[in-house]
Amino acid sequence: MEIARHWRLKKQRYALVGEVCPHCHAKLFPPRDVCPECGGEAKTPYTFSGRGKVYSHTTIYNAPEGFQEFAPYTVALVKLEEGPMVTAQLTDLGDQEVEIGMPVEMVTRRLRTDGDERGLLVYGYKFRPLELYQVAAAD
Amino acid sequence: MNEKKELNEKESLLLQPSHPVGIVGYGAYIPRYRLPAKEISRVWTNGMGGTPIVEKSVPGLDEDVATMSIEAARNALARANIDSSKIRAVWVGSESHPYAVKPTSTIVAEALGIVPHTQAADWEFACKAGTEAMIAAIGLVGSRMARYALAIGMDTAQGRPGDALEYTAAAGGAAYLIGPADEALAVIDHTYSYVTDTPDFWRRAYQKYPEHGQRFTGEPAYFKHITSAAQTMMEFTGTTAQDFKYAVFHQPNIKFPKRVAAKLGFTPEQIAPGLLVPMIGNTYSGAAIIGLTGILDIAEPGDRVLMVSFGSGAGSDAFDIRITEKILNRRDRAPGTKAYIARRTEIDYAMYVRMRRKLVMR
Ligand SMILES: [Zn+2]
Repeated sequence: MEIARHWRLKKQRYALVGEVCPHCHAKLFPPRDVCPECGGEAKTPYTFSGRGKVYSHTTIYNAPEGFQEFAPYTVALVKLEEGPMVTAQLTDLGDQEVEIGMPVEMVTRRLRTDGDERGLLVYGYKFRPLELYQVAAAD
Repeated sequence: MNEKKELNEKESLLLQPSHPVGIVGYGAYIPRYRLPAKEISRVWTNGMGGTPIVEKSVPGLDEDVATMSIEAARNALARANIDSSKIRAVWVGSESHPYAVKPTSTIVAEALGIVPHTQAADWEFACKAGTEAMIAAIGLVGSRMARYALAIGMDTAQGRPGDALEYTAAAGGAAYLIGPADEALAVIDHTYSYVTDTPDFWRRAYQKYPEHGQRFTGEPAYFKHITSAAQTMMEFTGTTAQDFKYAVFHQPNIKFPKRVAAKLGFTPEQIAPGLLVPMIGNTYSGAAIIGLTGILDIAEPGDRVLMVSFGSGAGSDAFDIRITEKILNRRDRAPGTKAYIARRTEIDYAMYVRMRRKLVMR
């Protein structure tokens, strides 16, 4: 049971809220209060656009405890358009192949259950192909 | 004197806020997976007999009413383009909230940056919980207690395996940001609600699947409540079906909304853009209001729209909606409902059983 941790991380997990450095304007994710670019204090919240590209990816068949019900699933390093790299599951892939450089967008999904079916539902960011906008453009 | 008194009583049947309100932003959500109805009949009836729809939407393993509401609400806020911290209510109507106790609405409010200065609550009234939340939002905004209120209707409905409802019980819904009429892409001029205690459909606590009252589901429930709500609305607004460009009704299957529309004098063309049930199924609390998103995606300024929901148990909410010119530059700020319908991965019954967690794993 990690209820306190889930509660503490909810803003960054639900909405990709990180920080922006007031000195050099670098965008930080996850939030760490100190800018890795200039070393200055960076505590201003910044909500990321959620757009990015797949940098690399792998498919998990033997999932760790808590994630078995979702296997097989794809985990990717996603390079956000604001700069930072995040590790996250890809979702809504249907039967499409994942490719490096594939444009993706953030969605908030169920990550796992904390413990058994009586436990807290843990929500957070995943990424999916940016196809809804392509459909709209082709319409 | 008596005539005048009667007229006043009649007028008071319509719900009208003291300050005009409307829809400032709207957003749909439909999961990407589809189960064809013929796949269900393959498993349960050897492929014999007709099917009530073409296919239904099925939520992914990581989706529920909270995650789906978040996406629909993000679309509504993208269209409205307002600061989410100005929203003073987040109300989610559903019969499939992820928790028995713990609100869906606080999760949605947190994810959208609406917390902490807000009302938040979950609503339940079978398939009309979403429109009930919308009318409450109209009241909150129309009394100027709040500038903006967010009302959502969303479901991941389950039907008993092999039951008639399994063909149609689907997942999806819509979110509406209600605000002042002068900021609205569609003004809601009036609403009217018609409610009785009717035993057509229910689910007791701890039961996974609902029961339906067989002969109670059609005439005394769906048709009686929708026609009463629509006719009263049209009588007291002095309108007929011809005054509306479009109409959308609760859609548990294809037959019912088509029949109720014809009975009320609406043509097939008037209901076509909002009749999404053939391709996505019955989205319960989301059904009428996601139909309305299909209309808002194509409507022109000046068009008048009638929406009538239905919730078992039973009741109907009727809305008299007028599209404004603000629709034109707002609707393309988020994916249209057609894009969600076109985004489609077909699954078979076995995958459906896994995705809806119908297998006992331990
Ligand atoms: Zn810096």
